[in-house]
Amino acid sequence: MTDPATIADQVLSLVGGAAEARVVVRRHASGLTRFANSFIHQNVTDEATVVALDVAVEGRTAGASTNVTTPDSLAALVTRAIGAARLRPVDQKWPGLAPPEPIAPSEHYDGATAAATADDRAKVVASFVRAGEDLRAAGYCETSATESVLANSAGQVLRGRASSAVLDAIHRSDGGDGVAVQASASIAGLHGEAMGEVAASKARRSASPVELPPGRYHVVLEPRCQADILDALARYGFNSRLVEEGQSFARVGEAQLDRSISLWDDATDRRAVGLLFDQEGTPKRRVPLVDAGTVVGLAHDRRTAKAAGTSSTGHAVPGGETMGAVPTNLFLASGQDRPEELIARVERGLLVSDFWYTRVLDPKTLVMTGLTRNGLFLIEDGRVTRAVGNLRFTQSYVAALAPGNVAGVGSDARLVSTVDCIHHAPTLSLRSWSFTGNARG
Amino acid sequence: MMSYAETAVSAALAAGARYADARVMVSRAELVAANNGEIEDVRQTEKAGVGVRALSGSSWGFFAVDDLTEAGARQAGERATAVARASALVAGPPLELADAPAATAHWDSECAEDPFSVALSDKGDLLVAATLALGRAGARLCRASCRSWDTEKWLASSEGHRISQRIRECGAEMSALAVGDSETQRRSYPGIRGQYGTRGWELVRELDLVGNAERVGEEAVALLGAPPCPEETTDLILGGEQMALQIHESVGHAVELDRILGWEAAFAGTSWLDLGLLGRLRFGSELMNVTADATLPGALGSFGYDDEGTPARRVDIVSEGTWVGVLSGRDSAAAAGVPAGGMVRGDGYDRLPMVRMTNIGLLPGDSSLEEMIATTARGVYMDTNRSWSIDDRRLNFQFGCEIAWEVRDGALGRMLRNPTYTGISPQFWGSMDMIGNESEWVFWGTPNCGKGQPVQVGHTGHPAVPARFRDVRVGVRG
Repeated sequence: MTDPATIADQVLSLVGGAAEARVVVRRHASGLTRFANSFIHQNVTDEATVVALDVAVEGRTAGASTNVTTPDSLAALVTRAIGAARLRPVDQKWPGLAPPEPIAPSEHYDGATAAATADDRAKVVASFVRAGEDLRAAGYCETSATESVLANSAGQVLRGRASSAVLDAIHRSDGGDGVAVQASASIAGLHGEAMGEVAASKARRSASPVELPPGRYHVVLEPRCQADILDALARYGFNSRLVEEGQSFARVGEAQLDRSISLWDDATDRRAVGLLFDQEGTPKRRVPLVDAGTVVGLAHDRRTAKAAGTSSTGHAVPGGETMGAVPTNLFLASGQDRPEELIARVERGLLVSDFWYTRVLDPKTLVMTGLTRNGLFLIEDGRVTRAVGNLRFTQSYVAALAPGNVAGVGSDARLVSTVDCIHHAPTLSLRSWSFTGNARG
Repeated sequence: MMSYAETAVSAALAAGARYADARVMVSRAELVAANNGEIEDVRQTEKAGVGVRALSGSSWGFFAVDDLTEAGARQAGERATAVARASALVAGPPLELADAPAATAHWDSECAEDPFSVALSDKGDLLVAATLALGRAGARLCRASCRSWDTEKWLASSEGHRISQRIRECGAEMSALAVGDSETQRRSYPGIRGQYGTRGWELVRELDLVGNAERVGEEAVALLGAPPCPEETTDLILGGEQMALQIHESVGHAVELDRILGWEAAFAGTSWLDLGLLGRLRFGSELMNVTADATLPGALGSFGYDDEGTPARRVDIVSEGTWVGVLSGRDSAAAAGVPAGGMVRGDGYDRLPMVRMTNIGLLPGDSSLEEMIATTARGVYMDTNRSWSIDDRRLNFQFGCEIAWEVRDGALGRMLRNPTYTGISPQFWGSMDMIGNESEWVFWGTPNCGKGQPVQVGHTGHPAVPARFRDVRVGVRG
C-alpha cells in the first residue's frame, strides 16, 4: 500500500508549474456494527484512500477527487482538475494557498482503536445488550481511523492521524426508549455495560408516559441535546460566511447570550477527536466564540478570512466553497452544579434526553423545530416524577440561551456526537422552551 | 468488472458464507455552482471499488475496498465473511431471503444528451445568467447549481445473478434569498431540492432556469413585506412540490419494512404502521392511491434491478385510502412474509444496500389546482418546501413552505410569509378531498434522502400533484 505522502508528492509533481495546487490524501478504515431488536443486523467495514486535488490556474479554481491511486488515475485526476479550472472565469474570492505552518505536536490517535475488529465492536454491543435483557436494544458501535497528508505547492506539508470510537444506543420498552452515548478517541473509552445500564434504566422509567399539552416549559436538557444546539450554532451562527451574508444572528462584541454561556472551538484540546489541521491546511487552535455571553469570535476559512480582512481560524471543511466555515470541535463551558442539583431547583419542567429531526425555520433567528426522543420526564417540585410522551418544539436556540433564560449549567460536560461532529457539552437548565405539539398534533 | 464481483462472491463462500453478493461500482459525479453572478465551485469526483455482503448463519457481514484487483476482490469476500461471523456473537433469529430469481441482464437509464458531454463552460454560463436574473429585484444571495452522476455497477450473487447497469442522472436548482432586518426569505426553483431525474441534460434545458429566475427573485423580495401566515385551523391547498415532500416523509419512510420491523429504531426510527393491519388499515381518504414504481421512465428513483438483483417493479402502497404495501428487500420481506419488493440500494460500492424508496408517488385524480382554489371559501395555498421535521414513528409532522397565499371566496388573496402546517399522518391524509389531475403530475426527484449508519444519501422520486386538505392547523410559531 503506497504511503499517502508519496501519493501527495506524485500528484504535486504531475501538476508541476501548471497551477497552484493543494492535495489531500486521506486513508481511512472504519467499522460500524449496528444492532436492533437486541441482535447485530448490519455490520460493515470499509477501507479506502481518497485523493482530493484543488488547483488554481491563474486564479481559475476547480477541484477533483478520486479513490483510484494508480499512476494513470492520478494523472487523469490532474488533467481533469486543471482542464476544469481553465474553462471557468477567474475566481475573485480565491485566497491563495495556506503558507507553511506547523501543527500542534500531539494527535488524537489510538492504535488499538485503529486496529479494532468486528469482534471487538461485537463485544461492546454484547455487553450493552446484556444490561437490558428484558428490553430491546438498538444502536451502533463504530471505530474508525484516518491518516491524512496535506501538501500544497506553497510548501505546506502536514501529516496527521486520528481515531474515534462511538457507542450510541438505546434500550426500548413498550412505553418508551432510553438513550446512552459515549464518544472517545479510543475504544477503551467505551463501556458497553455501564452505558447499557443507563439506557435500560431510562427505558424502564419511560413506561406509561403521560401526555402534556403544548406550551412553554422550564427544561433541563441533557448533554445529548446540546450536540444539536451546538451544531446549529456552528453551521448557522458562528459561520462567518452566513454572518457576511446577513443570515446569522451573531454580532461580534454584543452580549447576545446569557452570562453563564462560554463557547469555544478547540481541536487541540486533549479531550477532542479529529485531525489538527483543516481542509485548506490551516492548523487548528483554540478559537473563542462566546465569552460570558458576549460573542467574541467567528469561524473563518481562508475564503471568508480574505473577504473579512482577517486570518483563517482553521475551519475550512469539505464543501466549504458553498457552505462556509464550520467549527467542528465545540466546547460549551461547564458550570458548578451536578444535574441532580439543576433538577432540584425546578418547580415544574421537563427533563429532556435527546432531540430528533431538528430543522431550521429561519437561520437568522435560529428558530428550529424538532421533537424530543429517547426519554422525556416531568419534573415536579425538584424531582423527576414520571415519563411524558414526546413533544414537538418550535424554539429559537438563540432565544433559549438569551440573557436571563439560563437557570444553570451542569458540571457534567462530556463528548457528544452528531452525524458530522463530536462536541463537548454539559447539561443545561433553561427557563423557557416552547413546545408546540404533542401526539395529537 | 463482473469478474471481480464473481471473485469476491467465490471467496466469501470459500470462507464459509452460505450466501454472498458483491457489487463493483465505478461512479463519476460533477457539481457546478454559481453565486451572485460568479462561479463558486467546480468539483468532479470519481469513485470505484467493490462491496461484498456475506451471510453466515443468520448474521450479515459487509466489507468494501477500493482495491479493484483479483487479490483485492478475494480479500474483500473473505473479510465480509469474517465480519458476518463477528455478527454472530450477538446473533438474531433464523434469517431467510425471499425469492429473487437469478438473472443475467444489462440495463441503461434513458439519456438523450449525456450530461458529461455538455461543456463545463456552458453549464457555468447558464448558472451565472440564472443568478444574475434572480438578483434583479434586489435579492441579496442568488445561487444556482447543477449536478450530474454517471454510475456503472456489476452485481454477482451466489445464487447466479449477473446484472450490470448504467444509470445517468442530472438536474439543477436555483434560489434567491432576501435578507431583512430580522429574518430572511427564500424562493427556490423549481423546488428547494431542485429537480433531478434519471435523464440527460435535456432535463436541465426543460427547466428554463433563466426564464423563471426574475419571477423567483421578485417573490423572495416581496415575501419580506408580506404578512405572516396566521395561526388557525383552515383548509390547506398544497402545490405539487410540497406534496412530494409530504409523500416522502409521511408515506415513503413510514412504509419502509426495515423501519416497521424495528431495524432502524435507534436512528431513522420506527413506524406507526403495524404489519398485522396490512391490507386493512385506513391510511387516508378514498382519493389516496400511492404506488412505489421503479419503472417510471426518467424518474429519479428508477432503475432496472435493485442492488439484490430483484427486477424493478410497481407495487401498490395505498389503495383507495387503505394501506396495502411496503418497501422491502429480500431479508426484510422474508421476515415479514411478503414478496421481495426490489427496493434495496446502496449509496456507492462502500455502503451496505438497504431498503430505500424508489418512486413513491401519489396517483393523480380528476381535479385541478384552479378548481381547488375556486371551491375553497377560506384557506391557505402553500408551495415549495422550506423546512421539514417529523417524529421517529412518521406520525407527527411539521412542515414549512417558502410561500403561501390566502384563499378567500374562491380566489387567491394576499401573499403570506413563514407558512407552516402540522398534523398527524392518517388524520391529515384522511382529510384530503381534492387531488390534481394527470396534466399536473410531476415526477419530482429528491437527491438527498438520508438513511442508515454510516449515513447514506439516496436518490428517490416522488410523482405528485396538488391536493386539498380540510381543517389543518397552519401558522405554527414558537
